[in-house]
Amino acid sequence: MSNYNVVGKRIPKLDAAQKAMGRAEYIQDIKLPGMLYGKILYSKYAHAKIIKIDISKAKALPGVHAVLTGNDVPEKMKMGFYKDNPPIKKGKVCSFRDEVAAVAAKTPEIAKKALGLIEIEYEELEGIFDPEKAMEKESPLVHEHSKSNVLNLPWKLHYGDVEKAQEEAAFVVEDRFTTTWVTHCCMGTSGAVALFDASDNLTIYTNTQIPSLAQKDFLESLKAMGLKNKRVRVIKPIIGGGFGSKLDTYAYEHIAILLAHKCRKPVKLIFDRMEEFTATSTRQPAIIDIKQGCDKDGKLLFRDIKMILDNGAHTSWGATTPSVMMMPITSLYRVDNVRYDAKCVYTNNTYSQAMRGYGNPQATFAIESSIDMLAEKAGIDPIEFRRINRNHPGDITPQGFKITTCGMDLCLDTVEKELRKTASNEKSVGIGIASLIHVGGGARIYKSDGCGAILKIDDYGKVDVFTGGTDMGQGLDNITAQIVAEELGLLVEDINVVHSDTDVCPWDVGAHASRSTFVAGNAALGAAKKVKAKLLEFGSEILDTPAESLVLRDRLIFVPNDPEKSMPIDKLLRKAHFSPGGTMLMADHFYDPANENLGKDFKGNMSMTYTFGVHGVRVKVDEETGKVQVLEYVAAHDVGQAINPLLLEGQVYGGVVMGLGYALSEEVVHQNGKNMNANFRDYKLFTAKDAVKITAYVFETPDEEGPFGAKGIGEPGCVPTAPAIANAIYDAVGVRITNLPITPEKVLAAIKEKKKRPLN
Amino acid sequence: MTTNISFLLNGDQISYEIKDHWTLLHLLREEMGLIGTKEGCGNGECGACTVIVDKLAVNSCLYLAIDADKKTIETIEGLASTDGTLHPLQQSFVDNGGIQCGFCTPGMIMSSKALLDENPNAGREEIKHALAGNICRCTGYIQIFESVEAAKKMGGQNE
Ligand code: FES
Ligand code: FES
Repeated sequence: MSNYNVVGKRIPKLDAAQKAMGRAEYIQDIKLPGMLYGKILYSKYAHAKIIKIDISKAKALPGVHAVLTGNDVPEKMKMGFYKDNPPIKKGKVCSFRDEVAAVAAKTPEIAKKALGLIEIEYEELEGIFDPEKAMEKESPLVHEHSKSNVLNLPWKLHYGDVEKAQEEAAFVVEDRFTTTWVTHCCMGTSGAVALFDASDNLTIYTNTQIPSLAQKDFLESLKAMGLKNKRVRVIKPIIGGGFGSKLDTYAYEHIAILLAHKCRKPVKLIFDRMEEFTATSTRQPAIIDIKQGCDKDGKLLFRDIKMILDNGAHTSWGATTPSVMMMPITSLYRVDNVRYDAKCVYTNNTYSQAMRGYGNPQATFAIESSIDMLAEKAGIDPIEFRRINRNHPGDITPQGFKITTCGMDLCLDTVEKELRKTASNEKSVGIGIASLIHVGGGARIYKSDGCGAILKIDDYGKVDVFTGGTDMGQGLDNITAQIVAEELGLLVEDINVVHSDTDVCPWDVGAHASRSTFVAGNAALGAAKKVKAKLLEFGSEILDTPAESLVLRDRLIFVPNDPEKSMPIDKLLRKAHFSPGGTMLMADHFYDPANENLGKDFKGNMSMTYTFGVHGVRVKVDEETGKVQVLEYVAAHDVGQAINPLLLEGQVYGGVVMGLGYALSEEVVHQNGKNMNANFRDYKLFTAKDAVKITAYVFETPDEEGPFGAKGIGEPGCVPTAPAIANAIYDAVGVRITNLPITPEKVLAAIKEKKKRPLN
Repeated sequence: MTTNISFLLNGDQISYEIKDHWTLLHLLREEMGLIGTKEGCGNGECGACTVIVDKLAVNSCLYLAIDADKKTIETIEGLASTDGTLHPLQQSFVDNGGIQCGFCTPGMIMSSKALLDENPNAGREEIKHALAGNICRCTGYIQIFESVEAAKKMGGQNE
C-alpha cells in the first residue's frame, strides 16, 4: 500500500463541474465579433479530372465574402505525412473526400447555399478501391506521378530464422484476417476558428491533440502564403473527444486560415456530423496473413505476418501504423523468430489516420485469434498456452524492447479466475481471452518524445502549471494536478492546470501513444521537484532545521512529531517573497524520456516501459440469428501506479466499449469509395442499451521511470477486445470469424456453413 | 416568416420573435447564447441536444422553436441553483466519473433528469432505456449509469 495523499485518489475530473453545468466552451461555442462561417465543397467522384470550375454565381451571392478553389492555394501549402496533399485539390480528385472549393459567408446558411452555386465540370476516371487489386500492374494509378500504388515505405523486419523455426515446429496454423474502416465518432465534431491580427500573426482555435506540431504546420502554411516570420498561436478549446483523430492537421484548418486571411475576418469552420463521418480519417483497414508455430510443449517458435493496408488516396499518419503494429508482432509473448512485411497501398478510398491503439488492435486481432487456433491444434488450454509464452520482467524482446515491469501473469490469473467462477456448460455460451502489449512510457516516433512544464506558485500556495500536454477528456488535467499536489504537499484544488494555449504552454509532441501520464506527468513532476527543493531550503532556514527532516503535506511544512517546527506553506511563501532580496517560486522542466527511435531493422527500445493486459469475455451466441450477446467482460491491466483510479477505470471502460464496437458492430461502409452510412443510425455504435457489464482489474506494478510509478493506459482498453470476442464465439459455437466486425450475418453464415460440413 | 412565441425557460418567462423554421436548438444556442445544449448530429440521432419540454426529454435539434410556444422548457443551464450548488445529477456525474470529454454530458443529464422526475426509483434497465438515445463515445456508459444511480440516492428528482 502506498502512503500517498493525493496520488491514487479517486478525485473527480477537474473540469467536470464546468462541463456538467454546460459552461465548458468547445470549438462549436466560440463566437468572435465579425466572424464569418466557412464551408467546404467535396468531390462528386472518387477519381476524376477537374475540367472547369465556375465560382462566379457563388461569389455573387449576397453575404459571400470569399470563394476559394485549388488555384487559390499556394503551391507549397501541403498537408499529411508526406506533405503532398493540398487542402484544396487542383486539376484532379482522388477520393470523395477531396476538397474542391471553399467559401466564407456571413452565415452558415449562406455558405451552404454558395457551395450549391459552384459549378464544376469533371471527367470521371476509373477508380481503384481494393488494395490487393491496386497492387496489380494494370490497375489505374491513384497518383500518376508515382510508379505504383504501393507506397515506398519499407515496413519489413525479420528477426531470428522463421523458415528454420517453421521446420522445427510441431504445430503450425495459418489464416487470413481482415479488418475494416472504423471511425472515432468524437461527439464534438471537428472545427477551427482562424483569425489574423493587423500584423498578419495567426491565432487559431482548434481541436488538436498536437498543439506544438500543429503550430509548426500552420507556420509552414503561413510561409507558403508568403507570410514570413509571423507568429502562430494555437488555442485549444475544450475538446469533445480525441481518440487519435486530431493527430494531424487537416484541410479544414488550413482552409480556415486561407479564408481568414483573404477576408481579414475571423472564420469559423465546423463539421456537421455527415462531414465528420466522410471527411475525417479512419482506422486503417488491414488484410493480415499470419502463420504461427509452436513446439510440442506449446512454446511459441515463430510468427510470420504479411499485411496489406488500404492507405486511401492520401497519406496521413495511418501509413505509419505498421511501426506500432510491430510491437505486438515482435513482442506480445516470447517469440524469437519473427517476420513482418507490410505494404500500404493507395486506393481511391478515404485515407486513414491514428486511432486509439494505432494499429495495435488490428495486429492483435490476428495474433490473438491465431494463438487460440494454435493452442487448440497443440491440444493445450488457451489460457495455459498464454501462460507458457507470456512476457516476463527483465525480458528484452527481439525488437529490443526492454520489459521493465510486467503484470501479465497477474492479469492472466485474474481473468481466468473470474471466467471460471461461472461453470460454462450452457449451450452456445463460451469464453475467450486475449492479451495485449502497448507502449506505456512514451513512444519515440518523432525526433523528440518530450514535454515541457512550467510551474509557478503564488503567495497563497496556489499553483499554476502550464503543461505542453493535452487533455481531451481523458484526464491529463487531473493527472498533472495530482502529481504536483502530491509532490508539493498541497491539495488538488490548489493546482490550476493550463493546457490550452501555445502562447503560454511549452512544447509537447502530442497526446498520442498513451504517453501523457508518463511524459507530461514526468515533466510536471520535474518542475514540482525543483520548486519543492526551494521550499525545503527556505523551510530549513526559517524553521531552523535540516531540510531532510522536513515534510510537505496538507498545505503544511513541518518536522514530524515536532509541533514547534511547522508552518503553513503559504505563510512560508509569503516570507520568501516579502523579505529583503525576496523571491517567488517558479520552475520549468522539460522531460524527454531516454527511449529510442526505431533504428536499423526497426530495433530499439521505443518506450521506457510497456504495459500489459488481459481481457476475458463470456458470450452467448443465438444460433438462430447469429447475434452475439456479451454476458460478462473482465479487463485486467497492469498500470504501474494508478494516479487516479476513477479516471483510469473510465479509460478502460471507454476503451473496452470502443473495442466492442470494433469487434461486433462498427464499420464505415464504402461502396466504390463512397461512404454509405455517414450517420449514427447506420454506423452502429454501442449505445446505453447495448452497454455491458465490465469488471476492471488494475494491477499496480510501479515502474521505476514512471511518475510515482505510473504507466500509460489511454489506449490499451480497446486493443484485445476483438480477438477476445472472436475466441469466445469460437468456444461457444465452434465457428471462427476472421473478419471484423463480427456481425450476426457473418456468425449465422458460419454456423450454417459448419452444419453443412460432414463431421470428421 | 416570423412569429412571436412565449415560453417558460428555466423558470424565466421569455418572449421571443423567432423565424418559423428555427429549431429549438438554434434558438437556444445561436440566438440566446445558451451554449450548454450541444449539437452532436443535428439529426435526432445522438441526444447531445436533449432539453426538457413540459417534463419530456426531447431532441431540440428536431423540435421546432415555434412548437415551444406556451411550453415549459428546462435546459442544462437551469439545473444548478443560483448560489452555484449543483443539482444532484450534476454533482453525481462529477463525482462518479460520468464525465470525460463532456460533450454528451448536458444531454445525458437532461435525459436522466426527465427520467428521475417521472420515476425517482428508476432501476438500471429503466436508466438504460431512458439514455438509449444519448450517445457517449468516451465512457462506455458504466460510470454514467452509476452517476444516475448515485443521484437517485441524493434525491436527483428534486428541483
Ligand atoms: S444534435 Fe440533436 S440528437 Fe444529435
Ligand atoms: S464524455 Fe465524451 S462523449 Fe460522453
